[in-house]
Amino acid sequence: MPDRFLFPIPQDLDWFALGPIIVVVATGLVALIVEMLRHKRNNAYVVGVSVVGLLVAGAMAASQAGEPAKEILAGTFLRDRFGCVVQVLMVAACLLSVLFSEGYLRQKRIAYGEAYPLMLWATAGGMVMATSRNLVTLFVGLELLSVSLYVLAGLSRTEAKSEESALKYFLLGAFASAFLLYGIALFYGATGSLHLGRVAEVWTSGFETGRSLLAVGMALILIGLSFKSAFVPFHQWTPDVYQGAPTNIAAFMAAGSKVAAVAMLYRVLDAAQPMVALWLPPLFWVAILTMVVGNLAALVQKDAKRLLAYSSISHAGYLLVALLARFKAPDVVSDAALLYYLASYSFMTIGAFAVISVAARAGRESTGLSALNGLWQRSPFAAVALLLFVWSLIGVPGASGFVGKLLIFRDALAADLVPLAIVLAVASVVSVAYYLALVRAAWVADESEADAAVAPLNAGSGLALGICAAGVLGLFVFVGPLLGWMAGPRSAEAERAPIVRQG
Amino acid sequence: MPPLWMYLALGAFLFATGVVGVVSRRNPIVIFMCIELMLNSVNLTFLALARYAPWLPVPLEREPQAWMGGPAMVIFVMAVAAAEVAVGLGIIMAIFRLRDEVDVDEMNLLRG
Repeated sequence: MPDRFLFPIPQDLDWFALGPIIVVVATGLVALIVEMLRHKRNNAYVVGVSVVGLLVAGAMAASQAGEPAKEILAGTFLRDRFGCVVQVLMVAACLLSVLFSEGYLRQKRIAYGEAYPLMLWATAGGMVMATSRNLVTLFVGLELLSVSLYVLAGLSRTEAKSEESALKYFLLGAFASAFLLYGIALFYGATGSLHLGRVAEVWTSGFETGRSLLAVGMALILIGLSFKSAFVPFHQWTPDVYQGAPTNIAAFMAAGSKVAAVAMLYRVLDAAQPMVALWLPPLFWVAILTMVVGNLAALVQKDAKRLLAYSSISHAGYLLVALLARFKAPDVVSDAALLYYLASYSFMTIGAFAVISVAARAGRESTGLSALNGLWQRSPFAAVALLLFVWSLIGVPGASGFVGKLLIFRDALAADLVPLAIVLAVASVVSVAYYLALVRAAWVADESEADAAVAPLNAGSGLALGICAAGVLGLFVFVGPLLGWMAGPRSAEAERAPIVRQG
Repeated sequence: MPPLWMYLALGAFLFATGVVGVVSRRNPIVIFMCIELMLNSVNLTFLALARYAPWLPVPLEREPQAWMGGPAMVIFVMAVAAAEVAVGLGIIMAIFRLRDEVDVDEMNLLRG
C-alpha cells in the first residue's frame, strides 16, 4: 500500500513517468495563450503548438512502454505497459482529430481557437484514467475528460442541435458520474482505502459486510462506466450526442473517450478479478445486448453520424468481449487483443468521421447519408479512404479490423466464452448491411445537390485521412511486432513481478 | 453518536431521491439540482464512513492515513461539482438564448 504522502513533492519523484500527461496539459496552457495572442481568425499557430506537444507526449509515452511497472506519488499514479500504450492511443486520437479540425471548423464558421486546448485537456484526462489504480485519480481524470467534452459538444453555439447534444451529454454524464461516485464510496467503506489494490484482499478475507459493500459498489461503478463506454442499455445518449456535436468532436469522442472509458474499466475489472464470478454474468449479457442492439439499430439510420454512433456502440460490445475474455482467463489471454482493437477502432472511426466532415461547407453541414452522394467525383481520395475504413470496420480480411475481430474471437474461445464469440461473428455479418449503405451513398448514388461540385479536400483533412488509412493498413501489415509491443514479454517472471512502489 | 447505518441509510435515501428526480423532472435546472443531491449524498456517505473509520475487522489499522482518502475525496467531489455547474449552466444559458425554453421534452431535434 502507498507510503505516507510526502508533501510537497517527493525528492526522488520520477518526472519522466508523469511526463506525457504534464506535456499534454502544459501544451494546452501554451495553446490557450497563443490563442489569445493570435491574429484574428488564424488558428495555425494554435494547431501547430498542439501537434508538436502531442507528438512529444506520444514519444515519451511510447518510450516507456517497456519499462517495469512502477507506482509513484503514494500510489496515485501507475506507469505500466497497458497505461503507456493507452496513452499513445489517446494522443494519437487527439492528434488525428486536431489535424482535420481546422479545415472543418472553418467551413462550419465556428473556428474558435479554444477548441484545441480543450481537446488537449480532455486527452490528458483520458491519459490519467489509464494510468492509475487510485479511485480519486481515476475519478478526476474522468471528469477532466467529461467536462472538456461537454463544452466541446456545444462548441457550435448558435446551432440548436449542438447545444441540445451538449445538454444531453452533460446531464447524462453527470448522472453517470454520481453512480460511479456512490460505488467508489462503497468501495472505500469496504476496503478502508481509495486504492483499488485493496479490493482483492478484502474480498478474499471473509469479511461479509465488506463483501456485500463491494458487490453493490461494483454494480454502481459498472453502471457509471457503462454510461461512459456506451454499453446497452446505457447507450441512448450516444447517437444524439454524436449527431449534434461538431463532427471533429464526435470523432474524438468516439475514439478517445471510448479508449479512456475502456481503460478505466480495465483497471477496475483488473482489481476486481477475484470477484469475477459475480460480475461476469451481468456483463456477459450486457456484451450480447450491446452487440445486438448496436448493430440492429444501425440498420435503420439515415444520418451518417448516427450510423457511426451505433457502429461505435457495437464496437464497444466487441471491446467488452475482449475485456471479459481477458479477465475470465487471465492466464491464457493477454491485453494484446484489447489494445490492438482499440488502436484499429480509433483509426477507422476517426477516418470515417473525417470523411463525413468533408460535407460541411459555407457554414452549413448536412450529415444525412445523401450528403455523401457524389463524393467519388468531388474527392476521389476521400471516397477511396472511406471504402478502406468501411472495409476495416466490417472486418473483411485485408485490413486491421479483421485482425482485431479475429484476435477477440480467438480470445473469447480460449476463455470459454463461446456464445459471445458466436454473437460477435453474427453481428459482424449483420453490420455489412449498414456499412455498405455508407459506401453506396459515397460511390453509387449520383450527385443530388447542385452546389456540391466544389469542396476541395483541405490539407489537414487530407493528412488526417492519409494517416488513418496508413494506420489501418499498417496495423494489418505489422501485426506481429505490434502485438508483441502491446502484450510485452509473456513470461512467468514478468507476470509475477510486483509493481515497484516509490515516493 | 448515532450508529453508522443511520448515516448510510440517509445517504442511500438522498441518492434514491436524486435518481427519482432526475428520471421524473423535465426542467434541466431541476434535473441538475437532483444530480447535485446525488453527489451530496455521496459526500455524506464518504464522511460517515471516514468518521466511523475503525469498523473494519480486517487488519487495516497499519495504515491509518489511508482513511484520509474519504475526506479528501469529498473536497474533490465538491470541486468537480462546481466545475460541472459552471459548464452546465453555461450550456443551459446558450440553449435559452436560442429557443426561449429549456424543457427537456422539447429537445427533439436529434432523432434517428
